[in-house]
Amino acid sequence: MGTPAPARSRAISLEVNGEAVEYEVPARRLLVHFIRDDLGLTGTHVGCDTGNCGACTVHVDGVSVKSCMLLAVQADGTRIATVEGLAADGELTALQRSFNEHHALQCGYCTPGMLMSATALLEQNPHPNEDEVRVALQGNICRCTGYVNIVEAVVAVGEGTS
Amino acid sequence: MLLREVDYARPATVEEAVSLLAAHEGARALAGGQTLVNVMKARAAAPDVLVDLVDLAELRTIGFSSDGLLEIGAMVTYTQLVGSSEVEVARPILAEVAATIADVQVRNRGTVGGNVCVSDPTNHLPPLLVVLDASFTIRGSGGERVVPADEFFVGVYMTAVGEGELLTKISVPPASDTGDGFSGVTIGKHGTYVVDAAATVSGEGARIAIGCVAATPVRATEMEERLAGGDFSEDAVREAAKGLGASLDPPSDVHGSADYRRSLAETSAVRAVLQAVERRKR
Ligand SMILES: Cc1cc2nc3c(=O)[nH]c(=O)nc-3n(C[C@H](O)[C@H](O)[C@H](O)COP(=O)(O)OP(=O)(O)OC[C@H]3O[C@@H](n4cnc5c(N)ncnc54)[C@H](O)[C@@H]3O)c2cc1C
Ligand code: FES
Ligand code: FES
Repeated sequence: MGTPAPARSRAISLEVNGEAVEYEVPARRLLVHFIRDDLGLTGTHVGCDTGNCGACTVHVDGVSVKSCMLLAVQADGTRIATVEGLAADGELTALQRSFNEHHALQCGYCTPGMLMSATALLEQNPHPNEDEVRVALQGNICRCTGYVNIVEAVVAVGEGTS
Repeated sequence: MLLREVDYARPATVEEAVSLLAAHEGARALAGGQTLVNVMKARAAAPDVLVDLVDLAELRTIGFSSDGLLEIGAMVTYTQLVGSSEVEVARPILAEVAATIADVQVRNRGTVGGNVCVSDPTNHLPPLLVVLDASFTIRGSGGERVVPADEFFVGVYMTAVGEGELLTKISVPPASDTGDGFSGVTIGKHGTYVVDAAATVSGEGARIAIGCVAATPVRATEMEERLAGGDFSEDAVREAAKGLGASLDPPSDVHGSADYRRSLAETSAVRAVLQAVERRKR
């Protein structure tokens, strides 16, 4: 088998929120634009477009990543989860309900990224304390809430009090 | 952001990757992308071909060589380092420092190889790998060579890895009679360093390197010489650091003046050495 030739675009096949997706994407397309513009899943936001704010956070193969810092072609063969996948069966997750109960959002711009980062944390560590939550959310910037209610909402899920 | 048009290839073996890099002028390796994608957005670099290293499983392993060196594949992520039992046993400082790079998402993607190949003066790993006396294995079409840390970092965004070459692994001697320390001042918690210092102490003396004060990590050679006697008391370490700041020519920017960086260099070096001394006792 010869060395694969570099190409301007690539046919990618991946799983997005449990559904198989096949697409021909230009190599220069960012994953976040593929998700938003090609797949129409606009829950994933673009804040800074420089890897700093975390609004674009999704899961690739079960771990959180900033989708503005990946090319769509890099996601070939992976399993992606976006915020739309959380309540896929029409029912909010415990974390989403907790965000609601704790007033963990104001404008909501950062919320999809916060939910994806916190979901990844809770999958690894179902009962995080406040410090662990703060470390896990370090890559997600919120310019409205001051974080207190967000952190409380995540801790409450682990405590089973939400 | 719309990037400039680029070609993309996903080699299945290191040989294929090297031949792709050699065959195309303007080809670049793509590791975690946590710097390169931003660099492409800013058009600071506009590679013609991206050679994605993602499928090179042999670059993703952490293990030991036959002579006992800790071997870290270039594509090992920070998250992988943090969770590695080999690192924990052989050189836990690597995991400790990796755990403070940026944030969870960046740590899930960013790789050890990318961190050193970028050779950004503020990156965490270069000064640390210099004091740990790491060696770097580089593969090119002509074969393989091994470069010591003191020669690996050449300038900002410049390393001993030449065009058409690939860094494949980093080898680190396991801790024996040694203690390691790392200290500095960041912009916000877990932010970018304004100045950092790494230190290793052993019965033979100390190795100390300062980051963020020049294009590449700077060995604090005079301080090392003064500590060669093996007196690591706090007074001796503070005394040994005197004059280190004055020997440096650091940049001034919004995060700190050159003078502030000189002062931080001495403070950070003292803290890193004392931390290393403390750990050596354990
Ligand atoms: C918000 C943010 C904050 C950050 N803060 C810090 C910080 O404080 N400290 C820190 O250390 N880092 C920081 N980083 C950078 C991060 O650590 C990057 O992961 C790292 O600099 C590059 O690693 P990468 O795997 O992403 O490499 P890439 O971005 O994929 O590649 C970087 C460069 O290295 C080359 N390269 C990569 N691997 C190889 C190889 N095996 N052989 C030859 N060339 C190769 C590429 O061609 C490219 O030129 C930050 C990143 C972000 C987005
Ligand atoms: S939009 Fe991706 S990190 Fe801000
Ligand atoms: S709720 Fe507005 S940015 Fe977080």
